[in-house]
Amino acid sequence: MSRDKHVLSVLVENKPGVLSRVTGLISRRGFNIESLSVGPTEDPTKSRVTAIVNADDVAYEQITKQLHKLVSVHKITDLTYDNAIERELVLFKVNAPAERRSEIIEIANVFRANIVDVGKSSLTVEATGDEGKLKGMEDLFRGYGLKEITRTGKIAMARNSKEV
Amino acid sequence: MSNAVKHSASTDSKAALTVAKAGAPRGLGSKNPKQGQKMTGAEAVIASLEAEGVDTMFGYPGGQVIKIYDALYNSKQIHHVLARHEQGAVHEADGYARATGRVGVALVTSGPGATNTVTGIATAYMDSVPLVVITGQVPRGVIGTDSFQESDIVGITMPVVKHSYLLQSVDDLATTFREAFHIAKTGRPGPVLIDIPSDIAGEEVVFNYPDDVNIPSYRPTYRGNAKQIRAACSRIRRSHRPVLYVGGGAIISGAGEEVAELSRMLQIPIVTTLMAKGAVPFDDPLNLGLVGMHGSKYANLTLNKSDLIIACGARFSDRVTGKLGSFAPDADVIHIDIDPAEIGKIREAQIPIVGDLKGVLDSMITAFAKSKVKPDTKAWLEQIDGWRKRYPFYDTAVVEEPNRIVPELALAKLADKLDPDTSIAVTEVGQHQMWAAQFLKCRKPRTFLSSGGLGTMGFGFPAAIGAKVGCPDKTVVCIAGDGSFQMNSQEMATAAINGIAVKVVIMDNRALGMVRQWQKLFYHQRYSFTELAPNPDFVKLAEAYDWEGERVSDPKELDAAYDRMLASDGPYLLDISIPRDQSVFPMVPPGKALSEVLGAIDRNDGATRQIPEEEAATVKVAPEPSDEELFDIEDDAEADEKEDAR
Repeated sequence: MSRDKHVLSVLVENKPGVLSRVTGLISRRGFNIESLSVGPTEDPTKSRVTAIVNADDVAYEQITKQLHKLVSVHKITDLTYDNAIERELVLFKVNAPAERRSEIIEIANVFRANIVDVGKSSLTVEATGDEGKLKGMEDLFRGYGLKEITRTGKIAMARNSKEV
Repeated sequence: MSNAVKHSASTDSKAALTVAKAGAPRGLGSKNPKQGQKMTGAEAVIASLEAEGVDTMFGYPGGQVIKIYDALYNSKQIHHVLARHEQGAVHEADGYARATGRVGVALVTSGPGATNTVTGIATAYMDSVPLVVITGQVPRGVIGTDSFQESDIVGITMPVVKHSYLLQSVDDLATTFREAFHIAKTGRPGPVLIDIPSDIAGEEVVFNYPDDVNIPSYRPTYRGNAKQIRAACSRIRRSHRPVLYVGGGAIISGAGEEVAELSRMLQIPIVTTLMAKGAVPFDDPLNLGLVGMHGSKYANLTLNKSDLIIACGARFSDRVTGKLGSFAPDADVIHIDIDPAEIGKIREAQIPIVGDLKGVLDSMITAFAKSKVKPDTKAWLEQIDGWRKRYPFYDTAVVEEPNRIVPELALAKLADKLDPDTSIAVTEVGQHQMWAAQFLKCRKPRTFLSSGGLGTMGFGFPAAIGAKVGCPDKTVVCIAGDGSFQMNSQEMATAAINGIAVKVVIMDNRALGMVRQWQKLFYHQRYSFTELAPNPDFVKLAEAYDWEGERVSDPKELDAAYDRMLASDGPYLLDISIPRDQSVFPMVPPGKALSEVLGAIDRNDGATRQIPEEEAATVKVAPEPSDEELFDIEDDAEADEKEDAR
């Protein structure tokens, strides 16, 4: 089955400009990056870029082949089909008049999310999880009015301690 | 899961060995006489180039590279050719690299100097030419502040380099140069840019040039997978209508002889792309020559009707395949390329082989020699022979005109004058380029240089200068159009001052011929801004730069004019006046299938060009302008009258 979305994990040199090489190449070849996150790895000379790209299988293969040609790219792993763990962190600033605070806190507790800031008329909730869980929370919070959402972009890792 | 992931993830130790060998410094490496000496960064730049064995470079000085130029002043090893424009310098380095197979080196300053190299770098990138381009940069402390002559050249060139470096410390300088040359030359070659902040050029360092290169993330696969090669041999044996589709990779890999050998041994016809011209001798009986948009009808038929395409360092460019959906519908594809990303990019390959073409073909030749089996291609070759006889490339009866120089014949005549063993032809981009590709005779690789991928007008002339610098014993002829030549004609000074004896033949139709041809055929003869008349007087331009030059418009004088050009010692410009409305045929219209070719000659049809009715009906020939119209030179009498009137 072909998918139109792919999660790719790219291990790159931790050097200035490398992220722009990777993202530039993906967009130059005509593909859209839906989500992106970058951070250092256990090896300080390397960083990991996790990107979700809108591309079918054939296009995805071309992207990975082109990425491999970048001298700064060490390794690419396709986490689309793998039994992979995907997580994302989201901050929700929810409309919360004093009388409804407890309802929102209750919802947050159900989703094992944290209240990280309380204002006069809003609550800020920090949540991590997979796409389904975060979507569920977002839908519920929309009922109260969402002032702002910020998300980190997905990170992913293969299960079974398979080295990525 | 993609092939690429598998290929690159496997660090085959044998492949790694080959890489190390291929990347060994061509110069003295760590054995260079300056090793261990204390010097400035600028001196280390020059010492690094010397350690790589660089003896020729092209460039243009400026504020942020003064220190490097100062160090260059002392070099006894490096001959620096001063261009007249940075674009010229990069194309010159490119021509040098294409003609010699070595890495071309260009040195320019920051800001505008650097941005002027972009077209040159992109040209080299598209045609896989190894270059090291060194740009000056503003000092580290002011990068990002829009300081004078600052440009983010690493950022600007990112999509068109194989790799690039913004040097961060003088301690990384030698390693960076070693890596840059290694990356430029190995695998699928390409341009590498090194951006050097000028304060680094002033810092002190103990020069320590490394021999080894260790880039774990860069290990091109040289050795083809044995199982895949076996599968390919088996598929070839079972084929009935195979064709070797040969691209520029055959020249880069030095695999021309292997291609010819496999072809001869198994009786498989060869078609070549523009970039592969010269990989196989033009007179090899199985070489059908140019394929694609302006290739012969028989070469295109052969490719399109085949049941097996053996792609050798070729990338199924749109200029070759035409409309992809109708391209070679019955063919399986064996795709041999050192770049895994080319395989399956355009056309699915049933048998992909990632590796160095020469080695892969060599394995196939050995395997077939041992097994003694081969495909039966007799009927196929007979059919091709029939096409070849029926659809000749040209027929003098069709193209000849008694009083005008027909470009096809002009190129055919030039082909007869040039010794394929001692000449290099370099083209600009346009109609003349296609005529040159159709008619020039090449027997050796690296003797036909042309901007294929990017199609850069302005490439040919400086590239010819670079080729002549690299191969001073060869006759280097640049075939140009009047449009292309004017894009970098300032390099005439470079040739004159350095005594670089290039010969420039301008196929002068006072128009942007190729675009005009499209306007004529597909845009209802609306010649929107493709007239270049009145051109400058190219012969006077030649004189102004202290070149020899002449103009010829009578076909009877062409022979003698070529002879004079080839006999002269210095740079020479021959301006050949050709009819304005000559089209390059055959032509596969853009976006059409290879089978929908226009203007092929059909001997069964009274040897005329086959242009379909609707197209032919719209072809109007504009009247040729007179010399007076072309060259606005005041007559003496007129001038006197004006004088009197005053």
